[in-house]
Amino acid sequence: MIELEDVSHSYGGGELLSGISLKLEPGSFHFLTGPSGAGKSTLLKLCYAELTPSRGRVRLFGAELGGMDRDAVARTRRRIGVVHQDCQFLDHLPLSENISLPLLAAGRDVAAEAGNLKELMAWVGLEAQAGSLPPQLSGGERQRAALARAVIMAPDVILADEPTGNVDWEMSLRILQLLIELNRMGKAILVATHDLNLIRAAKAHVAARVLRIKGRQLLLAGADL
Amino acid sequence: MRRLPALGDAFAGDPGADRIVPPSGFTARLTQFTAAAMAFLAVFALALSLAAGRLADHWGEALARTATVRISAPEGQMATQTDAVLAVLATTPGIAGARLIPEDEQRALLAPWFGPDLPVESLPLPRLVEITETAEGMDAEALRLRLSGEAPGAVLDDHTRWRRPLVEAAGRLRLLGWLSIGLIGATMAAMIALSANAALAANARVIEVLRLVGARDTFIARAFVRRFTRRALEGAAIGTAAGMVAVAVLPGDGAGPGVLTGLGFRGLDWLLPLALPLIAAGVAFGATRLTAMRVLKGIT
Ligand SMILES: Nc1ncnc2c1ncn2[C@@H]1O[C@H](COP(=O)(O)OP(=O)(O)OP(=O)(O)O)[C@@H](O)[C@H]1O
Ligand SMILES: [Mg+2]
Repeated sequence: MIELEDVSHSYGGGELLSGISLKLEPGSFHFLTGPSGAGKSTLLKLCYAELTPSRGRVRLFGAELGGMDRDAVARTRRRIGVVHQDCQFLDHLPLSENISLPLLAAGRDVAAEAGNLKELMAWVGLEAQAGSLPPQLSGGERQRAALARAVIMAPDVILADEPTGNVDWEMSLRILQLLIELNRMGKAILVATHDLNLIRAAKAHVAARVLRIKGRQLLLAGADL
Repeated sequence: MRRLPALGDAFAGDPGADRIVPPSGFTARLTQFTAAAMAFLAVFALALSLAAGRLADHWGEALARTATVRISAPEGQMATQTDAVLAVLATTPGIAGARLIPEDEQRALLAPWFGPDLPVESLPLPRLVEITETAEGMDAEALRLRLSGEAPGAVLDDHTRWRRPLVEAAGRLRLLGWLSIGLIGATMAAMIALSANAALAANARVIEVLRLVGARDTFIARAFVRRFTRRALEGAAIGTAAGMVAVAVLPGDGAGPGVLTGLGFRGLDWLLPLALPLIAAGVAFGATRLTAMRVLKGIT
């Protein structure tokens, strides 16, 4: 569904990522690790077209990113659920409206999907916070809200950038549980994290592949993980 | 035609989509004020244009009237000079027709002053030739020159001629009025484009988030377009109403075509300024949309 072929990226200086190839198949589960600043977020951004590669090809659902116009990019993003590292909420809107924002942006009737929204809020355990503004939430609540927003369009791929950053171990496991549930529904999952314990915990439940960014390259991590 | 439904959208309102851009009380007030002030000015420019137009038409009609040639000559030369005048007039460009006023008609003209028994034949009365001009008009100076050569007793009397510069001035004034309306519209477009630009810059984060969740440019633009269109409509409606009241209470004689006393709307003219708020809304719509689409191109 998402395919990177010999992709390189630089933010203007030297290359941050070089000759990266990656293919996300339906139902797959990937972890992406690497030290801070290695380019994990950058790689995810390449996957949902927030960034365009300086070299190589990105194919999203069979379409070449280079050949897409802005509207096509927008429509493609609706098919990819993203949990951003910094959540990316609109601070002036209550949580429920933030979570249903992709529906609104896609021109769907938000009122008609109120039932789904409620169910989703319950799934991530945020029914009580529906009316709160994002800045009033705890880190874990925001991470779960971000996950809820990522899945509201029922995407086939979910990219999560440090979905357990800033939360305690118990909450990390809860979020991981949600991601595993989504994977069992057949969705492709890619989680960027530097939390190796989280990866080990996941491996007990799913057949996850672990990728590591090292020296600008993407490597398959060893069996120690 | 694709714009029309979108323009309709701007008024329909969509509370959900409206809320995605945080409200901005102060700039909203400024946009409204700008639209109100511009509409107020446009009402006056419109009134000026219409008044100048009426004036030009009124004076223009007067110009279409006939001129006359008066021939006063000694008894013996009257017939020859009259013939000479008619011959000159027949070959003068710009003259559609020349008619020698018969003596009995002349007598009828004079009767109210001298009574019906006036012996016209025995009086040294001038003969009158009535001229009808063509649409292009004639060159009065050239005709005078020719007449003085062919018939020294003939005098061209085109007493309406002095009005021509006035008609031209009135026409120019009407043009200036319309030009002012155009400039007012362009100024409003520029001001709204500027404040839309500022609003887009202030909401860069909101726009970024919307793009990330899959919003198309038109969707994002609409949130801004809707706002500015509505503000311009409201402001212009207030300004237009104020302008119309101001024009209505202008002192005037109600009938005369003068520039000062005739400034105002007559009859159905009163419906014209009612279009100003709609035009303002259209201008705001176009200006905001163009600005938004241009700014959005720079965001991934
Ligand atoms: N927009 C940008 N412009 C310039 N440099 C950038 C930009 N975004 C990221 N970088 C740089 O690229 C490098 C990789 O950033 P990235 O966010 O991908 O790292 P990361 O692996 O996600 O790190 P972390 O684990 O801390 O989230 C960093 O050195 C960062 O400073
Ligand atoms: Mg990162």
